[in-house]
Amino acid sequence: MAKQVISVEKVRKTFGNFRALNDVSLDVASGEKIVVCGPSGSGKSTLIRCINRLETHEAGSIHVDGIELSDKTANQVRREVGMVFQQFNLFPHLTVLRNLTLGPMRVRGLSEKEAEERAMTYLERVRIPEQAEKFPSQLSGGQQQRVAIARSLCMEPRIMLFDEPTSALDPEMIAEVLEVMEGLADSGMTMIVVTHEMGFARRVADRMVFMDKGEIVEVSPPEQFFSNPSSERCKTFLTQILGH
Amino acid sequence: MRWLVLVLLGLTLSGCSANWGWYVVDPSTAQGQTNLQFLIGGLWDTIVLSLVAIVISITIGLLVALPGLSTNPWLRSINRVYVEVVRSVPLLVLILWVYYGLPVVAGISIGVFWAGVIALALGDSAFQAEIFRAGIQSVAKGQIEAARSISLSYKDTMLYVILPQAIRRVLPALGNQFVYVLKMSSLVSVIGMQELTRRANELVVSEYRPLEIYTVLVLEYLVLILIVSAGVRWLERRMRADERD
Repeated sequence: MAKQVISVEKVRKTFGNFRALNDVSLDVASGEKIVVCGPSGSGKSTLIRCINRLETHEAGSIHVDGIELSDKTANQVRREVGMVFQQFNLFPHLTVLRNLTLGPMRVRGLSEKEAEERAMTYLERVRIPEQAEKFPSQLSGGQQQRVAIARSLCMEPRIMLFDEPTSALDPEMIAEVLEVMEGLADSGMTMIVVTHEMGFARRVADRMVFMDKGEIVEVSPPEQFFSNPSSERCKTFLTQILGH
Repeated sequence: MRWLVLVLLGLTLSGCSANWGWYVVDPSTAQGQTNLQFLIGGLWDTIVLSLVAIVISITIGLLVALPGLSTNPWLRSINRVYVEVVRSVPLLVLILWVYYGLPVVAGISIGVFWAGVIALALGDSAFQAEIFRAGIQSVAKGQIEAARSISLSYKDTMLYVILPQAIRRVLPALGNQFVYVLKMSSLVSVIGMQELTRRANELVVSEYRPLEIYTVLVLEYLVLILIVSAGVRWLERRMRADERD
């Protein structure tokens, strides 16, 4: 068994009266790819947002790379954890290149030249180096999301979190983003992906996690998950999303 | 706007031949030229006074806006108290207080220029603070989250991600405030600063021609503010061209 890089233990998170995470525990090994799915409001996004402390958990503990997450360690942990958002969240006032060099220059202390070289390397990896001088609004949704992935990669994180990365995209652009993510998976990156792209999940996931009502209901390898889920809730969910 | 300029110009020109007394500011006579030069000589003071005041007020406004965005209720209340107190003092009263009161309280002497700058900057800063608070709040939450996720510090997030976007959005409001400060700088004449309005007042006392002299004064402010408006619009266009969304 490879080394644990993420350890989530009995984490609880409430929004007002709504319990988004109810004593959720999950261990992720180095290089492992986890796909999280479940109905909306089940706590999937909250779970990964807790892992880089965009949300603060109220009880339980989260260790990333042996460091316990707290307000003090949040920035230290975020350096190792990249995040890709549903809405891309690129900086609209900066060119693609500046979007990518900002973190490395301000946080990693790279010179402008080093940061630009690194940015171009990752833009090539997501296959849009020719867009470097454009502004985000001049790109298609799929291109913007690939820029967002490259922006995270420029920080050279050990873990990548994806929060429904293809949900805001037009159907014809989903494939290009998933391809980039698969390439990333092949490179050995530790990934947690919240998505309903079940084809992607089948190809990439080491383990599937099914969540409902703030709890992890099922964790199993994809073959078993898709052919023979053990819980009723999971069966119902799979028929709903695979049925259409 | 164009017809207003034409009407005022027409008024000026027609008056030259009638018995209105435009001779006081007629540039073709020696006295008229001297008077005009005296009036226009205040332009520089008005511009410098307003520019220095607006720079200081933007700085204070920004510093006051930031605690207003905090989750800490104590910091937020610092912002509230400052805005409410400063906003409720009439500018004229603030000018009088800074010039006559502050030296006594602080045990220092302040010239008319700096008294004017301080009063204008303070009075305007409360409005600037509200403008910046609204501007920063209008930037999508996702932008802060994206900045955090690449572990930018609070300072860098503000400096490189939030403020550049916020300032673009509040630029029209900032332009308004600049116009406001330019106009309100006329109040500094009451403590004896020889800017545009003070000079007009002084000339009226010696020449007894209020209509003509104050009309020139109106034109002076009009020209100044039209230039500022054009400048702000140019800046807006330039910044929009940058962002393109």
